[in-house]
Amino acid sequence: MATRTSRRRALRQGAGARRDTRRRFAAVPACGAMAEQEPAAAAAGSDSDSEEGEDGERRHRQLLEAISALSGRKRRKLAERSEASGQVSEFNVSCKGAGEKLLLSELLQPIHPKSTLGSVRKELARVKQKAAVELPLSKEEAKRVVREAAYVTSSKEVGKWQQVVLQNRRAEQLVFPLRQDIATVTPLERVTSAWKARTPLEQEIFGLLHKTQQPITDPLLTPEEMASVQAMSLEEARRRRAELQKARALQSYYEAKARRAKRIKSKKYHRVLKKSRRRQALKEFEQLHKSDPAAALERLEELEQLRMQERMSLKHQNKGKWARSRAIMAKYDLEARKALQEQLARNKELMQKVRVEPPEEEPCEVPEEDTTALPMPSGANPWMLGKPSGLAPEPEAQEGPRDDTVPVAVESKGKMEEEEEELSEEEALLQDFEQKRQQRTGNPEGHSKDHGADETETGAEQPRDSPVPPDCAKELGDSPVPPDCAEELGDSPVPPDCAEELVSAGLEPPPQAQEELLLSEQLRRVQTMEDMESLAKEELVEEQEKLVALRPGKRARQQEKARTGDRHTKKAATKRKMISLEAVLDGKPQEMDCSSLPVVLEEEEGGIEQRGMITEAFAGDDVVADFRREKRKAEEAMKPQPVNLVLPGWGEWGGTGLKPSTRKVKRFLIKAPPAPPRKDQHLPHVIMSEKRNIHAAAHQVSKLPFPFERHQQFEQSMRTPLGPTWNTQRAFQKLTAPRVITRAGHIIQPISAEDVPDTAPGSRARLGGEAMPERKAVPRGKAVPRGKAVPRGKAVPKGRAVPGQKAQPRHRRAQ
Amino acid sequence: MRVKVLSRNPDDYVRETKLDLQRVPRNYDPVLHPFEVAREYVRALNATKLERVFAKPFLSSLDGHRDGVNCMAKHPKSLSTVLSGACDGEVKIWNLTQRKCIRTIQAHEGFVRGMCARFCGTSFFTVGDDKTVKQWKMESPEYGEEEEPIHTILGKTVYTGIDHHWKEPVFATCGHQVDIWDEQRTSPKCSLTWGFDSISSVKFNPIETYLLGSCASDRNIVLYDMRKSTPLKKVILNMRTNTLCWNPMEAFIFTAANEDYNLYTFDMRFLESPVMVHMDHVSAVLDVDYSPTGKEFVSASFDKSIRIFPVDKGHSREVYHTKRMQHVITVKWTSDNKYILCGSDEMNIRLWKANASEKLGVLAPREKAAMNYNQKLKEKFQFHPQIRRIARHRHLPKSIYCQIKEQRIMKEARRRKEMNRRKHSKPGSVPFVPERKKHIVAVVK
Repeated sequence: MATRTSRRRALRQGAGARRDTRRRFAAVPACGAMAEQEPAAAAAGSDSDSEEGEDGERRHRQLLEAISALSGRKRRKLAERSEASGQVSEFNVSCKGAGEKLLLSELLQPIHPKSTLGSVRKELARVKQKAAVELPLSKEEAKRVVREAAYVTSSKEVGKWQQVVLQNRRAEQLVFPLRQDIATVTPLERVTSAWKARTPLEQEIFGLLHKTQQPITDPLLTPEEMASVQAMSLEEARRRRAELQKARALQSYYEAKARRAKRIKSKKYHRVLKKSRRRQALKEFEQLHKSDPAAALERLEELEQLRMQERMSLKHQNKGKWARSRAIMAKYDLEARKALQEQLARNKELMQKVRVEPPEEEPCEVPEEDTTALPMPSGANPWMLGKPSGLAPEPEAQEGPRDDTVPVAVESKGKMEEEEEELSEEEALLQDFEQKRQQRTGNPEGHSKDHGADETETGAEQPRDSPVPPDCAKELGDSPVPPDCAEELGDSPVPPDCAEELVSAGLEPPPQAQEELLLSEQLRRVQTMEDMESLAKEELVEEQEKLVALRPGKRARQQEKARTGDRHTKKAATKRKMISLEAVLDGKPQEMDCSSLPVVLEEEEGGIEQRGMITEAFAGDDVVADFRREKRKAEEAMKPQPVNLVLPGWGEWGGTGLKPSTRKVKRFLIKAPPAPPRKDQHLPHVIMSEKRNIHAAAHQVSKLPFPFERHQQFEQSMRTPLGPTWNTQRAFQKLTAPRVITRAGHIIQPISAEDVPDTAPGSRARLGGEAMPERKAVPRGKAVPRGKAVPRGKAVPKGRAVPGQKAQPRHRRAQ
Repeated sequence: MRVKVLSRNPDDYVRETKLDLQRVPRNYDPVLHPFEVAREYVRALNATKLERVFAKPFLSSLDGHRDGVNCMAKHPKSLSTVLSGACDGEVKIWNLTQRKCIRTIQAHEGFVRGMCARFCGTSFFTVGDDKTVKQWKMESPEYGEEEEPIHTILGKTVYTGIDHHWKEPVFATCGHQVDIWDEQRTSPKCSLTWGFDSISSVKFNPIETYLLGSCASDRNIVLYDMRKSTPLKKVILNMRTNTLCWNPMEAFIFTAANEDYNLYTFDMRFLESPVMVHMDHVSAVLDVDYSPTGKEFVSASFDKSIRIFPVDKGHSREVYHTKRMQHVITVKWTSDNKYILCGSDEMNIRLWKANASEKLGVLAPREKAAMNYNQKLKEKFQFHPQIRRIARHRHLPKSIYCQIKEQRIMKEARRRKEMNRRKHSKPGSVPFVPERKKHIVAVVK
């Protein structure tokens, strides 16, 4: 209590007094009433002198107190109110610390924690943490926030189109309408599956079909049929088994037989066997050809296969062990030589290419008129052959018909000789050829069988005796002869008339024979010379026309051929349609050749003449010297002139006839700086004028246009020509492709998500690139004028906070 | 004498099919074809001259209205049909191929303020001064049937414009506020307001179809989002905008036709400054319409001319005018990108070619190739003075010419004054303001 009163007093005295009391508290520990008196006195003493001199009344009271204290009697001190206070408690407690903040926790501090109060305290703490609820936004503000949020989201959505827009702006070409209807081909299955029976009739039919389980989609077996097919009766099964057994037994017999035959060592037997087999095969082949040409063709293909295999393998070449040994023996042993030769021949035969002609050309009757129209046959143009055969066969072809022969005699003779002399490959080949031909000639007549094993010789003899009959000649014509062989033949002198005879003879072959010939013709007709000689007339005619074309000197021949041709006109008319593409193609180049060649020659001659004339006419003029003079003049003119500042009469005598002194002249004559070197100083034939041409300047660009940054760029763009004169068709089209293509009568709809080519159907995956593109990222192609259209402005930061996004109302309708 | 025979590879000269082009062997050796630049230059010069010679853009005029044509609408599905509304409340439907009016409706009393066709082309809407919105059938009524609207909505205020949604049965009108209507209802689905002023035009975005743009007479352009039924942003320009048109190929680009003789192309994401200011007109621009390719737009002006601007250029590439054409109030670019229609004060609708020198009708392939070539040549040599001079030359009526001259003088004077002011004041106190920024007063969020 005492402390409180004293404190109150101290308060009244001021801040300094209060400080003193505190100090005193610290100095004097609390010890009963004594301690209470003392500070008051001390305070009175110290304060009275220092601060409060005017307050006499108070001082008086203090004095009284002090005296009473001295008396030693303790007096109860009555609390008395000495000041006006707003807050007065009934406990006689004046609210001294009204200004001080009273913390709630302090209040609770002395109370020992109890369970009930603990929860209260927690709640209090929670309440304390919460901030005060702010005032609601004004209506305007709220609207603004909503607007801003909506703007950000919608501009983000619109920004999806950024990529598409840029792409379209930069596109080389845009075709409108953007969505092109592409005609899609739907597979048949889908169409059929999508189809449904609609009309009652259709439905009825389909109902019936379904009921009877008839196949609808595919013409297959019905289920019943399938079942019946699958099932097999017992009898049938037995029969089948028996058949199989029998077949197996037969097979084993054959195998045993073959094994036995294989074990036979006799060479002669084998040779005979082989030959007979071959013969058999040939015969079969002929038969087959008669009966079934298609099968024969297949066989031919097989033969071709065989040939290919032969070519691949090293068989039948004189590189094997046996062949080498034979080769050593060949010098002394006739047999060995023969065997070797035979083998070589076989090799040749196998390697010979089989030529198969398309069946349309089998008749090979190229119409006469056409051939006359085409001076050069197809063989003359190496490109027309379809393979790089080269020009080699041509001269032979020319010679062939002229040196028409009865070749067989020569060959047979040669064959006799060849056994004595060394064997060349050509000879072997020849032999082979002969053999084959005899086989073929023999077969239709039924000779070859009779002649037995050595039919080559007999075949050779037969034609030797008799002049070649027309039919036979034809047949011969079809037999294959290698070109080398033809060369040999060419040596023998035979009058050309013979060929024509042959031709005329070959005119009327029986239809049967013609059919037969088809096959042999197919085999090796085009390649060989031998064929050509004894060939059907149209071939010959063609051939000779070629000759005519190449050697125009031989007129008589051509006339003759024309005569023969006349006979064919009827047929030709009918066969006109069969003109092969090649025959037609021949025409153009030949015509052009004919026309162009002499022209060229004339020009050459004319050129020389003209030059002579010109030189003659301008004999007196020395153009070169003139030019030099002119150039010198131009050089002189372009030289910078010295500036003469000499004024006569200054510092000297003036008058007519006086010259300024050299000293003066030297002083006042200003030499111009030397001109830069002329551009044409190293070009003796050129004068380059660097003067500005005003007339040209009117057409020139004076300053660099906008999108270009350097004049080289611009010049480069000017230099590339666009026109069809300098560019190929394709390049021209590409260069001049318009930037925007619209189609007349087509409505162009605004772009939509489906129009964007890269988007997957229905999704806008491509569209949604970056929502708000950075403006800086937009390339402003300066060199490309199109890039100009790119919008400019300030970038909107990507990660911009969206204020009040949660508060944004959704679909607030004013209804 | 030995004759050598030439032979060629038939692959070089034989066609594979007879439909192939004939192969003409050519030697492209540049030595054989000298002076390519000079020759092409001459060709370009000739092409340019011919272009100008053949530049006859005016095709025909459709007359029949008894008052000035106030608005037009394209048929969304038919190229040959176009609708027009006049100042006496009359609506006419025209067939462009026959160049005839095929139907006349007295739709409103007073002006027909706006019209638009439904996206499917079966009906169209008109708004008029009589405070009504009317929906009409596109087909003419049967014999004996009355010419009557399908629906009529009577509003409280005058509607000044209308536009239909591009995909849904929703349309928007403007007047005191932008109203969005469902076709089936007689009261608007929602009304969008921002401030109080009369809105002169409202347009749906053709690509992002929920977006709308409007321009009001308090000089602002406001964008709206239909889904959120809230305005998005507002740009205030120096002078009032008459109409705006969205680019049909670029979702965020629109162009506004302003009273200050200019057109402003904005990117709606960056409204602080327009992407491009298009200036060439010498009087208020009243209408603008984009070409369906989105590469160009056409503007109609009070100065009795229409101009075609490339979107990315500040000046027009073409100006069309005739002696009798008065203030052009409305203009449309047809959906096949070939023609332009303009309706003007003197009761006529005029049909123009969008490309003045284009040949109409079917072109032979060679013609087409030649045309493309000439086009490229012109493009290539466009910077050459002679060619540029010819290509740029246009005839203008004296009134426009004089006004342009006057404008130029005024502009020069303003520039000079600003320069002088800058010269005589503290450096930096008179800032350089780019042309794009000059016309924007504020952007309100």
